[in-house]
Amino acid sequence: MTDALVKEYQVKGIPITLLKVASEESARKKLTAKQTKKVFQKLEDKYMFAKIHPGEAIGVITAESFGEPGTQMTLRTFHFAGVAEVNVTLGLPRLIELFDARKLPSTPLMEIYLKKPYSKDEKYLEKIISKIAAVGLSNILSEIAINLLKSTIEFKLNKKRMRELGIKEEVVIKTIKESPKGTEVTPKNDRYVVTPKNQDGGLPVVYLLKEKIKAIKIKGIKGIEQVLPKKVGTEIMLIASGSNLKEVLEIDEVDGTRTISNNIFEVEKILGIEAARHAIMEEAETVIKEQGLDIDIRHIMFMADLMTTHGTIKGITRSGITSEKESVLARASFETPIKHLINASITGETDYLNSVVENVMLNQPIPLGTGLPGLVTKLKGKKK
Amino acid sequence: MTDVYLDEKYTGKLSNYKDFIKTLKEERRKQKISGTINVAYDAEFDEVTVHTCSGRARRPLILVENGKPLLTDDHIQKVENNELNWQDLIEQGIIEYLDANEEENALVALNEKYLTKEMTHMEIDPIAILGLTTSLVPYANFGQSSRLNRGSKTQKQSLGMYATNYLLRMDTDISILQYPQKPLVETFMHDVVNFDKHPSGQNITIALMSYDGYNMEDALIINKGSIERGLARSFFFRPYRAEELRYQGGLVDEIGIPDKEVKGYRSDEDYKYLEDDGIVYPEVKVNEEQIIIGKTSPPRFLGEMEEFSIAANTRRESSVSARAGEEGVVDNIFITENAEGNKLVQVRLRHQRIPEPGDKFASRYGQKGVIGRIVPQADLPFSVNGIVPDLVFSPHSIPSRMTISHLIEVIGGKVGALGGRFIDGTTFSAESEEDLRKELLELGFRENGTEKFYNGITGEEMEAQIFVGNMYYQKLKYMVANKMHARASGRIQLLTRQPIEGRSKGGGLRLGEMEKDCLVAHGASLLLKERFDSDKTTLHICESCGMVAIFDNIRKKGTCPKCGANAEVNAIDISYAFKLLLDELKSLGLYPKISLKNKY
Repeated sequence: MTDALVKEYQVKGIPITLLKVASEESARKKLTAKQTKKVFQKLEDKYMFAKIHPGEAIGVITAESFGEPGTQMTLRTFHFAGVAEVNVTLGLPRLIELFDARKLPSTPLMEIYLKKPYSKDEKYLEKIISKIAAVGLSNILSEIAINLLKSTIEFKLNKKRMRELGIKEEVVIKTIKESPKGTEVTPKNDRYVVTPKNQDGGLPVVYLLKEKIKAIKIKGIKGIEQVLPKKVGTEIMLIASGSNLKEVLEIDEVDGTRTISNNIFEVEKILGIEAARHAIMEEAETVIKEQGLDIDIRHIMFMADLMTTHGTIKGITRSGITSEKESVLARASFETPIKHLINASITGETDYLNSVVENVMLNQPIPLGTGLPGLVTKLKGKKK
Repeated sequence: MTDVYLDEKYTGKLSNYKDFIKTLKEERRKQKISGTINVAYDAEFDEVTVHTCSGRARRPLILVENGKPLLTDDHIQKVENNELNWQDLIEQGIIEYLDANEEENALVALNEKYLTKEMTHMEIDPIAILGLTTSLVPYANFGQSSRLNRGSKTQKQSLGMYATNYLLRMDTDISILQYPQKPLVETFMHDVVNFDKHPSGQNITIALMSYDGYNMEDALIINKGSIERGLARSFFFRPYRAEELRYQGGLVDEIGIPDKEVKGYRSDEDYKYLEDDGIVYPEVKVNEEQIIIGKTSPPRFLGEMEEFSIAANTRRESSVSARAGEEGVVDNIFITENAEGNKLVQVRLRHQRIPEPGDKFASRYGQKGVIGRIVPQADLPFSVNGIVPDLVFSPHSIPSRMTISHLIEVIGGKVGALGGRFIDGTTFSAESEEDLRKELLELGFRENGTEKFYNGITGEEMEAQIFVGNMYYQKLKYMVANKMHARASGRIQLLTRQPIEGRSKGGGLRLGEMEKDCLVAHGASLLLKERFDSDKTTLHICESCGMVAIFDNIRKKGTCPKCGANAEVNAIDISYAFKLLLDELKSLGLYPKISLKNKY
């Protein structure tokens, strides 16, 4: 019985998922045929009411929906997320870098979830964290200096710290020797002496080498500076400052289905454009919620769609979305007009005056709202 | 070794800077060297800087030795008996002036209470930490500092008696308050600056209550009766000037009633108030754009004169008329010479400004607002004694702004008005609030300043006790008469053919980009088009080349500058600004081709 109804309303254009829910619920509540019909009728009314009319200026409404609350956002940049002492850029600055599609977020961050046995017990934590958190040579050094007379670098290792981190001395020495290859490392009393491969460069070369050595990664994943455990309900998860989605996902204990980075470009590269769209939505929503504002999810979805619809992430900037506009005049009306006009004339572009800005410029009715429909009448006595 | 800089110039080195500074200061205090010399030691850079130059802000402080100020009661007694004066105190080394640099080395106590062994100086009075206008705010130590800032700022905008010779002055954009008063609650500084000689406000009765919502969001309700009795009336003065300028070839401007042949002659009506010398007579009421000083100028170009030289006098009308939207009475006329010896006529118009909705008022605590409604006295609430407030102030303006000083002044003003005396509200040393309350009680009023009130319209007794009292209110220089502006049609810009900008030129009100977005969001497409129709033009486009063509309306034939005569030409309605854009593109060497298509 309900199947017939479902079919009937599907033809009317109601999404099948909604209809299925309606029929299941009706069956569960043991409604009569008449009541069920009423439910479907109400569903249609509501669905049709919620639909956007042709010619509705959703772009401008979305822009205003972001713009107006944006003026109320506090310009407070930092937010201390509770126990985890990680600074997170939020508020307007974060929203701007998100929609501008900046290549690197000002505070890269990862939320790392763990697979079943590891997420329940704290005893695994230390091991997993040591796998993830990057340890540079500078973290285990107690001293480093340049010997000006001999043009060599002398350093002393912090043995205690190394024991804590489970790093072996031989491994450290081996890594230094390999970067760059041919660097000589010789023990001298309790220190090590590094002799640069090429001796001609003089002190500047030695100095550069010193900085290079300090930055050498000994252990962990590159780019991840700090990992802090956090308890969410009964589950333990990790928050990492710094981001390297690819290598984190390769770790066995990590639950790859939920782990995410706040770097939307990394998400796009590793997980694809649909994931990036979702990441943009999630990030934007977090910022808005944190500020105690309420913007309809559809506006956020629209923004994310707009940014990802070209297959790559494009920001709402003159090099991003705006450069994809079809109309020459529309592009010219937003930053660097001469560049757009000249390039358009070189390629001989045509502007069909299909959208809003061009028509405002020419003082024509804009093809939106009341300006969208045209009226066609048959004149008396005239054929066609 | 310490470096020494004299007036920012390196002069030498010192082995013992402490002794050096000590001797220098002692000599200065003994008047052996000039008192304007200041010396300071900078520990960070280990250098001594000595300043003798002009232009340093310096302030006087009382010297302190071993935790005791050198200024004793004995001295004060002598000053009071006119046996000592300020200069004597300086010469005796009791008071000295420090500059900003030397102040860095000093440890200054606010008053005797804070004196310790280490202190080197003491303030003459704690109020000295405030500037002039700020110290004119009574009970400033009972308010938030940012409100104090705003309060002293509004004092600078208040109308009053800015100069007693204002009748002889030709200042632009100036107002004089008609019945200015000295504040009932004053500070020490009011006496110092002779505030009673140039007051800038009036003592009025205020009630702290809401009244039909017309004092929401910082609006004020004003008693119509009070206004009719002269509250906050002011004169607005606007000077106009005309000069007889001299041009090349011995040509001169001429002040006088223009002849009828003069180019640009207005109607006789416009010149009717001019006397034979071409200047209006005093005390005549001048309406907007009416001529005040009649003047003619020689033709702008010589060629112009040759062409039409049949009537030798082709002078231009260049009279000075009252500004659009500004009327007034001719207050005074000055006929003088300017620096080049040319005749200079200055006429000052006076206009009485009676308070009207939108005029701005403020107390001295950053509590500013505009008139929201003027209510007849009969409709305003009244107290048991029959007191009707001059102004009704909204209580919602108080909690978030924390202007406690505003409330204290109401009580102070009430005590002052009833007790017939002035209240000292000097910051840090004012009459205490408790004393004021006690005195108010003695005067037969409730000590918290509240009174029983009755609704002026219904006569019902009000449930709440209303806080009333007197306070000093200032009329600020922002009045609606100087701000209001509207336009239906008017002048347009030459370049874009869009309306010109600015109130004084009768310009349009811009519907900006964000306002445009609102219309777009509403889908009000045709309304948007109509709003931007101000520079609508009809353009004829050649069908073959897409450039702007010419259409001969008599012969009904189109001509294209590129394709020649008999081109097929079609008209389109477009904004002139877009035509301008096309022209600019052409000047860039781009070819914007327009191809037309039927819309339907």
